[in-house]
Amino acid sequence: MKKRQMTGILFVLPSLIGVCIFVLIPFLDVIRRSFLEAVNSRWVGIQNYLTVFTNPAFLLAGKNTLRFVGICIPLLIVLSLSIAAFLNRQAAGGILKTCFLLPMAIPVASVVLLWRVLFHNSGLLNHLLHSLGYAGTDWMNTGFAFWILVISYLWRNLGYNIVLWMAGLSSIPVSLYEAARVDGAGSFQCFLKITMPGLMPTLFTISVLSLLNSFKVFREGYLVAGDYPHESMYLLQHLFNNWFRDLSLDKMAAGAVTCAAVIFALVLILKKSWGGEED
Amino acid sequence: MKKILPLLFCFLLAGIACYPILFLLTGSLMADTELSSLLGPVLKGSKGYASFRLLPMMPTLKHYAGLLLDSPEFFVMFWNSVKLTAGILAGQVLVGIPAAWGFAKYRFPLKKAVFTLYILLMMMPFQVTMLSNYLVLDRLHLLNTHAGIILPAAFSTFPVFIMYRFFCGVPGSILEAAQIDGAGPLQIFLHIGLPLGSAGVVSAVVLSFLEYWNLIEQPLTFLQDKRLWPLSLYLPNISLDRAGIAFTASVTALFPAVLIFLSGQDYLEQGIIASAIKE
Repeated sequence: MKKRQMTGILFVLPSLIGVCIFVLIPFLDVIRRSFLEAVNSRWVGIQNYLTVFTNPAFLLAGKNTLRFVGICIPLLIVLSLSIAAFLNRQAAGGILKTCFLLPMAIPVASVVLLWRVLFHNSGLLNHLLHSLGYAGTDWMNTGFAFWILVISYLWRNLGYNIVLWMAGLSSIPVSLYEAARVDGAGSFQCFLKITMPGLMPTLFTISVLSLLNSFKVFREGYLVAGDYPHESMYLLQHLFNNWFRDLSLDKMAAGAVTCAAVIFALVLILKKSWGGEED
Repeated sequence: MKKILPLLFCFLLAGIACYPILFLLTGSLMADTELSSLLGPVLKGSKGYASFRLLPMMPTLKHYAGLLLDSPEFFVMFWNSVKLTAGILAGQVLVGIPAAWGFAKYRFPLKKAVFTLYILLMMMPFQVTMLSNYLVLDRLHLLNTHAGIILPAAFSTFPVFIMYRFFCGVPGSILEAAQIDGAGPLQIFLHIGLPLGSAGVVSAVVLSFLEYWNLIEQPLTFLQDKRLWPLSLYLPNISLDRAGIAFTASVTALFPAVLIFLSGQDYLEQGIIASAIKE
């Protein structure tokens, strides 16, 4: 091996050793355990996976998670793109961007208090509805709990996506728009024919990153509603937490390997969209 | 004229996004009597609906004094948060910078595969690695210690990825010139790479700070001893009849994060863009 290659490895090595000890080797152990019985480590093949896939809690959590992702991500993408497209050539764009980004910095724990006061049965939101002449709802203990989670997610992630969209928008040359204007294109046509195609690569990356960020919404849900929230917001993350507390290590192992496989596939697609050239 | 309406809408949305900060500040400056008359229905179950004011009627710093003088447990938690965050950031910088440099500027066998592994690991949500994390901490007798939280996070691959993106932008010609002048790999790294990639380091630190100041899942899972808990877990456990203290503690937890956000916003945006868009 050349000396230069050796130097490169030496730079990476401390980090790689840590990653192996704390993540990689234990995760390989988890893969092994996913084929074993929890108590006496007997080989059971794919039995644990079958147990997980037929587990009603897993099916509920999986369904909720898919529903959550399926609603949140399109909503977030459309909302953040509209705002970014609007702010892009706007004098007040900078300050507004800061405002939208700020929720990213607010610790979840600090917001819990507001969520409680806002969504309580006799809280602020119901007060508002009441004074407008509508009947309130017990937000946290009905199907609306799910929507509170959606709003929390949008609120925290909007700024992040706006920043990404604005970066994507500013990479489209202004001269293209000018040329189109000269040829008589309206602003909607410009958006359709220039902006949209120019943003396609960004769209893909943003979708995958939004998906991965959506796992973090569990924090809000957990801190507001605890281990067993209303069943509409019972997500995979709650399930893993409860399995962990019950020490259902075999189910956890199979569940973790399944989720890791899904994310692995997503990352491979993401890498392809980046062009895959890392050297 | 056509642009006024969307602009107003954006300002309204931005106002909503930032309102939680005002809500917490206002609450923390209200006297107990004002808080309980406004939030009574939520806090104590009295009749009617909770309401709130934009600003306190009679601002008082009493709760801040109370928090500083009469809440020894608050100091312990705040100190725990500082210790965890500082430890994690120090580890990430120390191990992560050389690794990012190695990935960005050297070629060695299996580099592509190892780097893909790093990307994969940075995308894994906590719940997927929870079990493997537990197994290794158990083996190393690090459960229920701060080191058990700090060490795995210090080897997080996310900051490596961010800094890698910035180091890739350091032009190779400068490095070659330095090499011809007789500089060794370590000199080149310390005197050329580090200064030119410093924006990446700051971006990674800002993003990590916001993430780890907000730490919920790891301490909740791995720290049984509540005296070791960080602020982010203490806040939701303040009972609502101590609303004044809950507000004040929330503001105190919020303060460092907002400070870092405002002073490092440019770096934060650069970091967000680096996390998604390949130049």
